[in-house]
Amino acid sequence: METYNNGFQGIETDLVVVGAGIAGISAALEAAETGFGVLLIEKNPFIGGRVAQLFEYFPKLCPPTCGLEINIRRLRENEKIKLLTLANVKKIEKTEKGLVLEVTQNPRFVNNRCTICGECAKVCPVERPNDFNFGLDKTKAIYIPYENAYPSKYVIDPQYCKFDECKMCLDVCKYNAIDFNEHKQKYRVEARALIWATGWDPYDATRLENLGFGKYPNVITNMMMERLASPFGPTKGEIRIPNFNMELKEVAFVQCAGSRDENHLEFCSTVCCLASMKQAHYIRTQYPDTKIHIFYIDLRANGILEDFYNRTKADPLIEYHRGKVAKVWQNPQNKRLVVEAEDTLSGVLTKKEVDLVVLATGMQPTTSKKIIPLDNIIDDNGFVRNELDGAIIGCGTCVSPKDVASVVQEATGAAMKAIVKIKEAQ
Amino acid sequence: MATGEKLGVYICSGCDIGGAVDCEKIVADVEKEFNPAVCKINNWVCNEKFVEQIKNEIKEKDLDRVVIAACSPRFLSDLFNFGKVVVERVNLREQVAWTHKPMDENTQELALDYVKMGILKALNSQYPEPLVLDINSTILVVGGGITGLTSALACANSGYKVILVEKESELGGFYKKLHKIAPQKYPYLLLEPNTIDETISKVETHPNIQVLKNCVIQKISGQPGMFDVDASVNGNLIQFQVGAIIQATGWKPYDATKLSHLGYGKFSNVLTNIEFEELVRDNKVAEKFNGKPIQSIVFVQCAGSRDKDHLPYCSSYCCSASLKQALYVRELYPNAKIYIIYKDIRTPGNYEIFYKRVQSEDNIFLTKGEITNLSGNGNGKIDLEIENTLLAPKIKIQADLVVLATGMVPSTFVNVEDLAEQAATTADGKKVAAGAEVGAKILNLTYRQGTDLPTLKYGFPDSHYICFPYETRRTGIYAAGTVRAPMDGVSCKNDSYGAALKAIQVIENVKLGRAVHPRSGDTSYPDFFLQRCTQCKRCTEECPFGTLDEDDKGTPKPNPNRCRRCGICMGACPERIISFKNYSPQIISSMIKSLEIPESEEEKPRILAFLCENDAYPSLDVVARKKIQYSPYIRIIPVRCLGSVNIIWIADALSMGYDGIILIGCKYGEDYQCHFIRGSELANKRMENVQEKLKQLVLEPERVEFHTLSIDEFERIPEIFNQFAETIEKLGPNPYKDM
Repeated sequence: METYNNGFQGIETDLVVVGAGIAGISAALEAAETGFGVLLIEKNPFIGGRVAQLFEYFPKLCPPTCGLEINIRRLRENEKIKLLTLANVKKIEKTEKGLVLEVTQNPRFVNNRCTICGECAKVCPVERPNDFNFGLDKTKAIYIPYENAYPSKYVIDPQYCKFDECKMCLDVCKYNAIDFNEHKQKYRVEARALIWATGWDPYDATRLENLGFGKYPNVITNMMMERLASPFGPTKGEIRIPNFNMELKEVAFVQCAGSRDENHLEFCSTVCCLASMKQAHYIRTQYPDTKIHIFYIDLRANGILEDFYNRTKADPLIEYHRGKVAKVWQNPQNKRLVVEAEDTLSGVLTKKEVDLVVLATGMQPTTSKKIIPLDNIIDDNGFVRNELDGAIIGCGTCVSPKDVASVVQEATGAAMKAIVKIKEAQ
Repeated sequence: MATGEKLGVYICSGCDIGGAVDCEKIVADVEKEFNPAVCKINNWVCNEKFVEQIKNEIKEKDLDRVVIAACSPRFLSDLFNFGKVVVERVNLREQVAWTHKPMDENTQELALDYVKMGILKALNSQYPEPLVLDINSTILVVGGGITGLTSALACANSGYKVILVEKESELGGFYKKLHKIAPQKYPYLLLEPNTIDETISKVETHPNIQVLKNCVIQKISGQPGMFDVDASVNGNLIQFQVGAIIQATGWKPYDATKLSHLGYGKFSNVLTNIEFEELVRDNKVAEKFNGKPIQSIVFVQCAGSRDKDHLPYCSSYCCSASLKQALYVRELYPNAKIYIIYKDIRTPGNYEIFYKRVQSEDNIFLTKGEITNLSGNGNGKIDLEIENTLLAPKIKIQADLVVLATGMVPSTFVNVEDLAEQAATTADGKKVAAGAEVGAKILNLTYRQGTDLPTLKYGFPDSHYICFPYETRRTGIYAAGTVRAPMDGVSCKNDSYGAALKAIQVIENVKLGRAVHPRSGDTSYPDFFLQRCTQCKRCTEECPFGTLDEDDKGTPKPNPNRCRRCGICMGACPERIISFKNYSPQIISSMIKSLEIPESEEEKPRILAFLCENDAYPSLDVVARKKIQYSPYIRIIPVRCLGSVNIIWIADALSMGYDGIILIGCKYGEDYQCHFIRGSELANKRMENVQEKLKQLVLEPERVEFHTLSIDEFERIPEIFNQFAETIEKLGPNPYKDM
C-alpha cells in the first residue's frame, strides 16, 4: 500500500465488492477462489448482513451461522481478499482501464490485537441500544456486534463512548487493543470491476400507522421475530416481548405489511410468505397450543417451497385468511389486539383477537437511499438497474427482492460477470 | 514419526490461560517427553512481535512443524500461517481456560493432554504438497437453451474454450418458442422482444465456442480437469477431453395428456401455454379459429402444478407467462373477455408491478377459483364451472379457447413407465420397481455411483440449495437453469453465469492441486495403500461425491480431482489404508494413545469426544465465550467430518481404557446440515459396527454415544457432555484401564 500526498492510501485490485452480506461475501469468495484479487467493503463493523440476524433459513430450518461459519473460514484463509469494515464508497469514476473509487473507513477504535477476552465490555459503564437486535436490548458502548461476529474484534460506538472522560476499557485491556486516536482512513481504489451488493433494509414499520407498530409493544416486525427466536437474541431464543407480559394464545401474521401497496412498496418482497410460515414453525416449536392466523393476499411459495407451505397447512392450529389487514387496534377491555382484514375482491371481513401481531414487513433496497455515487443507476423503487450494463454489477436484494438461495445463485453469477469484465479490461 | 528436533511449541498464557493452568509445568512436561527444538511461553502469542519471533525461529532452527497452544483455531489462522510448515493449533483458551475450574488438578491434566495430542498430531503429519496433474481447461456445456447459451458465452468471453452440445438440430431450446418475454426491466410494464436469435448467433460465431448439434453424450469418464467424453453427432462417434461440465438440459412441459379432466386431448380448443405461445409466435391464431374472433378465453393456472396427483411443486413461471399471454390476446382481440383462474397469483418481486398493470387492463378478469367442471357444449365452445371464487360461490364461463398453464418438469426426471430401458436402475445405480421415478441418463457418467447427478425430490439434481446452490455431489459438474429448479428466464441467465463461474473455478483449482468447496484450497488428498485393500468396496460406496471408481475386482480407482477431502472414505476403510498427509487413522490413533489414562482408583474417568469441526466445534467455542463449564474428563478431537471417524479409533480408545466415547456431528436426513451430505448419517450407521466391537470387548453399549446438533445449539453441548459423564460414572471404570 502506498500513501498518497493528499492522505489517500492506494489499493489496486481486480474486483471491488460493496456490501458483505450473504450476496457480497459469496461474490467475493467465488471470485477470489477463482484466482482474482478482491476488495470487500462493508459499512458495518461485522460481515454477514441481514442473514446474520436470522434464526433459521426456510425451508430447511437450519441456522444461517452454519453456512456463514464455512464462508468466514474461506474468507479468513484466502489471501486474495482484503476486507474493509466500517467503510463506505464516496466516489466512483469510470476510467479506460476500469474504475477509480474513493473509499472512507471509520475508526473501530479497537485494533487487530483484540483477543475478544471481553474484559473491556465488563467495565464499560455506558449502554447503547442494540441495533442488531432492533433495540430489543442493549450493549455496552464497547461491544461485539453478535456472538460469532467477524472480524472477531470488539468495536466502540463513538456516539455513546465517552472516550478520554472515562478510559475504563483502556485501563483494563491487557493487549493494547484499544486506540482512541484511530482516525478515519481514506483510500483510492483502482479496480477493473465492481459488484454492488448492499442488500436491503426492513421497510420502516412506523410508517404503517394503521397496523399499530410503535403504539403497541406486542406488534412486532418479522425481523424482530427472528431475533426473539434466536438463541443469541435478546430473550435467548424464548419468544416473548422483553418487559411485556402476555400469554401467547393466539398470534397473527400480517402479510404484505407495506409490500404490494402503492402507498408504500409497490413490489412484492418475495420472501415474506415463506418467512411467516417459517416463523409459525418457530412459534409452534415453543408453544404447541398457540393458534396462528396468517392474513394474506396471495401465498407465494414458488418452486419446491410449495412443500413447506403444504407442511404448514397440515398444522390444524394454523389458519390462513385471505384478506389485506386494514387495521390493528387494542381491545380496551382485555388489552388484546384486534386484527381486521378485508378481502378486496369478495368484500368479506375477518376480525381476530390475538396476543401478538407480527408484521411481515418487506424489503426496501438500501440503494433507495441513493448510496451509490453515480447518476441514473437506480429505478423509482431504488433498485439497481442492471440492464444499463454500466460500470457496476448489481447483485442480490438491491436488484430485486429474493430469498437467500437465489441471492447466492445471483452472487456467484455476478462474480462471473465481473470476471468477464476483468478479462475484457486486460 | 518425526522427533522433536524440528518442532517448535509455543504456549500462550494470555486470555486467562495463565490463570487457569500452570504453563511452566506444561513446558517442563513437554520438554521431558518430546525434547522439542523450541518450547516457549508467552503471555501474548498473537502479538506481532512474538509472531515475528516465531518466524525467525522457524528460519534459524529450521523448524518444519509448529504447535501453537493458545486460542481456538477458528481465530487468527491467517496470522499463524508460516508457509510450508505444519501448524497444529491447540485450543487452550476455549477448551480449557474458559470452560474449566482454574488451577485445578483436572484442568492441568486436561491442558497437558491437549498439548500432547497437538504435538503428536504435528509430529505425525506432513505438509500436504499439492498433487498437480496436467489438465484440460475446456468447458463442456450440455444443452443449447437460454441457460446453456449464456453459460457458454460467459466462459468463452472470459477466455476459456467451450464445447456446446445440443441434442436437437437447432439451438435455443424452449426459450426460442417464446413470442415475447415478460418484462425484465424497469418500469416492468412492457413485454420485451425475444432476443435469443442474437444470442445464438453470438455463440455460433464465437471463436472460443464449438457447437455440436444433433449431439448426444454417450459416455463421460475421468475427473475435473480431465473428463473424457464420447459423443455421437448425427450418429458418428466423436471423442474429446474437457475440464468441467455445465448441465443445462432444461425442462419439458408437464405431460398435458394426463390432464384429461381439464379437457386436454378431448377438445381441440384446449391448448397448453406452450402450444398457445407457438401459435402467437407463428401468427397462426386466426388460422386455428378459421378467422373467427375469439370472444372468450380462459387461462387455467396450476394445470398439473401444485397438485398432489401431478406435480406437487409450483412451476414458478406460469403466472407471469399467463399474464403475458393475456396481453397477446388483448392485442389480437381487443373485445375478447379474458379470464385467469388461479390458486394464488405468484408474481414475486417486480413482476408484481406487471401483474398490477395487467389487472388494470380492460376485459381481463382474474379470480381465485377451482375448475369443477369442463365440458364441450356442441357448438365448439367449452363450458367451465368454477367454484370457490372470490366473486361468487360458483361461476360459469363459456370459452372459445382454454389455455392450460402447464408446469415444468426437469429434463432429469423420467417416469419408469415412460422409459422402459431405464427401469432397471436409477442414476445413483439403485434398483427400482416399475412405476418409480428415476433420473434420466443424460451425462452417462461411467462413475461407480451412477450415470448422472444424483437427484433430489421430483427429479431435480441434488444441491445444497440454500447456502451453496452449485455444490452438486459430482465435483466439476454443475447444473444450471430449469433443470435445477423451476425458474424464469432472468433466473436462468443468472444461474448460467453462476454455473460458469463454478466451472472455471474448479479448473483453476485443480490446476493447483487444490480442493473446491467446502474445504476450498485444501492441498491434502487421500493416499490409498492398495496392496492391503480387501476390495470390500465400502469407500467406493460411501463417498458422497462419487470420487472412487472400481476395477473389475472391486479395488478402488482414486480420482483425486473429484475428491472434496472430507475423509469419509478414510472413516469407512476397515483396513485403514486410506490416509491424508495431515489426517489419517494413524495420526489420530497416535493422539489417542499419547494420553496417560489414570488408573481406576484415581476416579478420573477419561472420555473421548469426536467433534465435527464445521458445526459442533464452533458451537463449543460459543460455550466457551459464555464461560459455561463442563466435565474436565472429556478430551476433544476435532474431525473433518464425523464420517471420517474410523472405528479403529474407538477400538483403540476402549482397549486403552478410555471409559466412554462420544461423537457429535451435523443433523442428517432430508434437511441435512452435513457439509459433506452424508457424513454424520454414515457415522451413525457405523455405530452398529461399534456396538459389535463393544460386544467383542464385553463392554456396555452405553459407553459409546452418538449425537447430532446444529451450530446454534451450543447450550446442548455441556448438557450432552455432563450427562454422558454421569452415565460413565454410573457404569464405572472401563475394565481395560488397569490391564
